[in-house]
This record gives sequence, structure tokens and C-alpha cells, in this order.
Amino acid sequence: MFTLKRQTPGETAFGIVNGFLMLVICFLTLYPIWYVLVNAFNDGADAMRGGIYWWPRQFSLDSFGAVFRSQGIMTAMGVTVAKTLIGVPVHVLFTAMVAYAVSRRELIGRNIYMIIGTITMFFGGGLIPYYLLIRDLHMLDNFLVYIIPAAFSFFDLIIFLSFFREIPAGLEEAAKMDGANDFTIFFRVVIPVSMPVVVTIALFHGVYQWNDYFTGMIYMNNMDLQPIQTFLYRVVAQSSSNQMLGAMPSGVTQTVTSQSLKLATMVVTTAPIVCVYPFLQKYFVKGFMVGSIKG
Amino acid sequence: MKSDAQVKSPSLRTAADMGRGQKWLRRLYSQRYLQIMALLGVAWMVVFNYIPMYGIIIAFKEYDIIFPMSMAPWVGLDNFKEFLNDDMLLTVIKNTLGISLIKLIIGFPLPIVFALLLNEVRSVLFKKWTQTITYLPHFLSWVILGGILATWLSDVGVINKILLSLNVIDSPITYLAEPKYFWSIIIVSDIWKELGWSAIIYLAAISSVSPELYEAATIDGAGRFQKMRNITLPSIMGTITILFILAVGNVLNSNFDQILVLRNQLNADASTVIDYYVYQTGLIDNRFSYSTAVNLIKSVIALILLVGANFVTKRLNNNSLF
Repeated sequence: MFTLKRQTPGETAFGIVNGFLMLVICFLTLYPIWYVLVNAFNDGADAMRGGIYWWPRQFSLDSFGAVFRSQGIMTAMGVTVAKTLIGVPVHVLFTAMVAYAVSRRELIGRNIYMIIGTITMFFGGGLIPYYLLIRDLHMLDNFLVYIIPAAFSFFDLIIFLSFFREIPAGLEEAAKMDGANDFTIFFRVVIPVSMPVVVTIALFHGVYQWNDYFTGMIYMNNMDLQPIQTFLYRVVAQSSSNQMLGAMPSGVTQTVTSQSLKLATMVVTTAPIVCVYPFLQKYFVKGFMVGSIKG
Repeated sequence: MKSDAQVKSPSLRTAADMGRGQKWLRRLYSQRYLQIMALLGVAWMVVFNYIPMYGIIIAFKEYDIIFPMSMAPWVGLDNFKEFLNDDMLLTVIKNTLGISLIKLIIGFPLPIVFALLLNEVRSVLFKKWTQTITYLPHFLSWVILGGILATWLSDVGVINKILLSLNVIDSPITYLAEPKYFWSIIIVSDIWKELGWSAIIYLAAISSVSPELYEAATIDGAGRFQKMRNITLPSIMGTITILFILAVGNVLNSNFDQILVLRNQLNADASTVIDYYVYQTGLIDNRFSYSTAVNLIKSVIALILLVGANFVTKRLNNNSLF
């Protein structure tokens, strides 16, 4: 605060304008999301008239009730929850395990393994060869397509690697003296002392699993196995209100429209992410720095 | 573990006359669990990264769904020649480069400016809240943001309501149905989603600048702007350079998630980028070989761009990715 005294009038003015600018940016970022929120909490038929900008005009939870009673939406939600709950531990443990192995300096072939991985960051086969691979692995219309192809990421491996290098060698050696093998050391020693990086990667992969619509759209014809994001993609991008109406549970009041059902589904889908993301902040700056600087 | 190794390897001889190969085998055996861990990862990469790379050979074949890949006849560079004569070639190049270059010119510097300005905010709490709010959209999927945009931009949406009441337009416009608005929608929504997030890395770089530099500058009578220009900006130049190299390497990668959500038949003239064309020819028209060829051209150019940008920045200011 003492620095305030030494500010020139120009600098004080800049501070005020700058603060105001930040407020405007925050408003512009949040308002479109707020708009969807208040409309979703409004009576659907009434919302059709428009003009709901700041607060619901006729507060109603009917659209949300319809979301939770809709068979189609709940099935898709279930797929999303399942792929996130299964995909995250698989991705984290598998990637961390490989990272731990290549973090050990005595590993024979370590440099070759790293080169094999680095190449994959700069070049890939592309959409069709990948699609054909998934087809040949019989993963089309198969829940495993959400899990196995997402089980590993060389980018995440690098983040793990930089963390594992910091683990004091003494910890592992002590475990070795006690007769533990490398698997045991990895699970009992390395993972427990690496919780910050494990949580970071888990949260990021969780967000990926939750938000990904492309996998479900390309590899799934079976509607019962499509995640909620793919379901919403079909509603939003293909403007298919038919799909939304098809998901409408029977016996719903006239006040729920396909638009209000869509907005309520968007809100329900997004709520978990909005609750989780502020807690990521303390983790991701570090991971972000490591990942991008090391390339 | 050790005694185990001795029993299984043929090591009844003494260590002295044991060959180098045997020593190597013993070392390998003692780290067998580690090797299993590493090789499982390599196996995954072989399957999910290298087999698709090998699959690129269908770009030089005429692959049909009926025959297995190995039986498809070779056609040399026919698929590549066909793309050069494709009616869509110019549209695809125009849209891919147009959108990416505008993103590079506007979208790349904005987070830097935002980070510099946010850094000037004195209140720690206000700063933290601004950060938390501005990176929220990064965590929402493009499907959700697309849904929000569609609501705003529809003929009965908020944008039309505002413009009609201000008499800027006479009748409502369906923005997503008109090619001429598509690029603007893409650029603005991309900034909305990524401004705060992209600024994080610059803010982290700024926070690692030694406070002593600022103190010394204050004693020398430097003002706020001088410090920003002469200390903060030069300190994050390395970060800016590396992110710029990556951005140039990404010029051909349109944000496919975003394009796919906002694109439709009506705005196709402005929204068909190379990634979409690969998707359309491949998975909608089932022209597997052709689509793979188009994607290969893209990958090779992208790699050249990345290496080129790296080379240029290395020459200019000694910062580089590799």
C-alpha cells in the first residue's frame, strides 16, 4: 500500500481503468453462462417469450425434473460417469507406471523408449488409420474404446517423469532392502509420495473424459453407449430437437420445452466440472510449466 | 531377488570369467519388473501410435472396405494428385489458414496483454478471482459452449434482440447459417474460452521474476510502465517464444472440436477446414485412402512449419524448443 503514495496521477488513473477492464472481462466471460442458468431455472414455456436476462421470471424446476426422469439422458449420463470413474484410475496408474520405469536411470533401453515416445508427440497416423485400427481391434460399439486408447499419454508421462526424478533415491533403496520388488515399490512407495502429481493428472484426465464427445460420436453407433456430451452434440450441432423430444419423459407438464430441457441438461452436465475446477488451480500451474517448457 | 537371479542364469562359473553378455543379461534380469512396466507402455504406443503411422501406406493405395489393407492395389501418388485438382482445395486452404492466422495475430498476443494487465492489479484477492473466473470456460466442453452460442446467435437469440432494439439491423439474422459471420464467431468464441487459461503460463513466468529487479528499478526512478516494458516483458520473452513456435506448428490444426460443433451445411463455405475435410471424405464419404492422403500432406507441412519456426526463433533470439 505504501507504494500508492509514490504513484503519479497517470498511474493511479491506469490502475482504476485497468481494474474496471478486468471487471468487464469477468462479466463478458460469465454472463453467457449465467444467461443459460437463469433460463434453465425458468418455466420452459414462459422462457420462450424471451426477455429473461438476470433472474428467472417464473422460477421452475420442472425442466430439471424432466432431465432426471428422462431415460435417454440418464443412460448417457451413466456412460459419462462410468467412463470417467474407470478411465481416470486406468490412465493415471498406467501412465505413472511407465513413467516410473523410465525414470530409473539403470533401465536398459531407457533412451530408446524415450525416443519412441517423443516421436509420437510430433507425428501421428491421422483419423482414418486410427479409425481402422479401432475397427480391427473390435472396439467399435464397445465401451472399452473410452478406456484403452485413453490409457496412456506421453505428454502426461513427461509430467510424471519430472516429478519422479525428485524422489530421494533412499526411499526406494530402503524398500529394496526389505525385499520389495519394483511393482511393490511403485505402488507402495512411489505413488503415495507423488500424490500432488497423481491428483493433477487425475483431474485433468477426468475433465477430458467428462468433456469428450468425439470418441462417442465416431466410434459409437449404439445409442445406449453414447456419453452425455455426444448426446448433446447431436442436439446442438445437428439442431436435432427430435432427439431432445425423444428424450422427453412421458407425463411431463406442458411447461417443459425441448429448449428448456436442453438448457437444463447442459447445466446438469456442466455442474460437476464447475464444482471441481477451482480446486485444480493450485496443481496445474506447476504441471503446465513443466509440460510446456520441456516440450 | 539377487539369489534368484543367480540360480536362473547359467552362472555357476565365477564372475571373473563371465562374459559381458552374461553380465548384461543378469542386469536385465534384475530389472525385469521395470522392463515389463516400460515395455507395456512401449507396446501401447506401438499399437495406438505406430500401427496408425504404418496405416498411412493406404494413402498410396486404393483401399476399399471389402479387401484387407494388404490386398489393396498400389496407386502411387494418385490420391495426392487428386487433392491438388480437388474443387475444395482452395476453400480448404483459405479457411484453414484464414482462421489460424487470425487466431495467431489476435488470439496469440491477447493473453500476453491480459497477463501483463492482470499482473498490475494490486489486490491479490481481486487478481485471484479474475483468474478463476476467466479460465472457467476452458474447462467447459465445446459442446456446451456451442449450445450457449447457438442460443445466443439464433434468430430469436439475445444478439438479435439487442441489435434489433438498437435499430442496427431491421430483421433478425441467423448468424450460424451465414458463412460471412463464421470466422468472427470462431475467433471470438475461442478467445472467450482460452483467454484466461492461456494467460496462466505467462502469469507463472511473471511471478518467477526476481522482486529485486523491480526494487532496483524503483530506486532508479522507473515508473509502472517502464518496469512493465523493461523488466516484465523481457523476462517472459522465452516463454512467449516457445509458445509461438508451438502455435506456428499448430497453424494447420484448426480446433476440430470447436469447428465440428459450430459448423453446418449452410456455413460450409467458411467452415470447411482441412481437419473437417479429412473427416468428411474419410468417415462420411468412406474414401479412406483419399482422406489419409490429405491428412498426410497436412502432417508433413505441419512438421516443416514447426521445425522452421524453431529454426527462425533460434537464430533471432536464441530461444528454441529443441
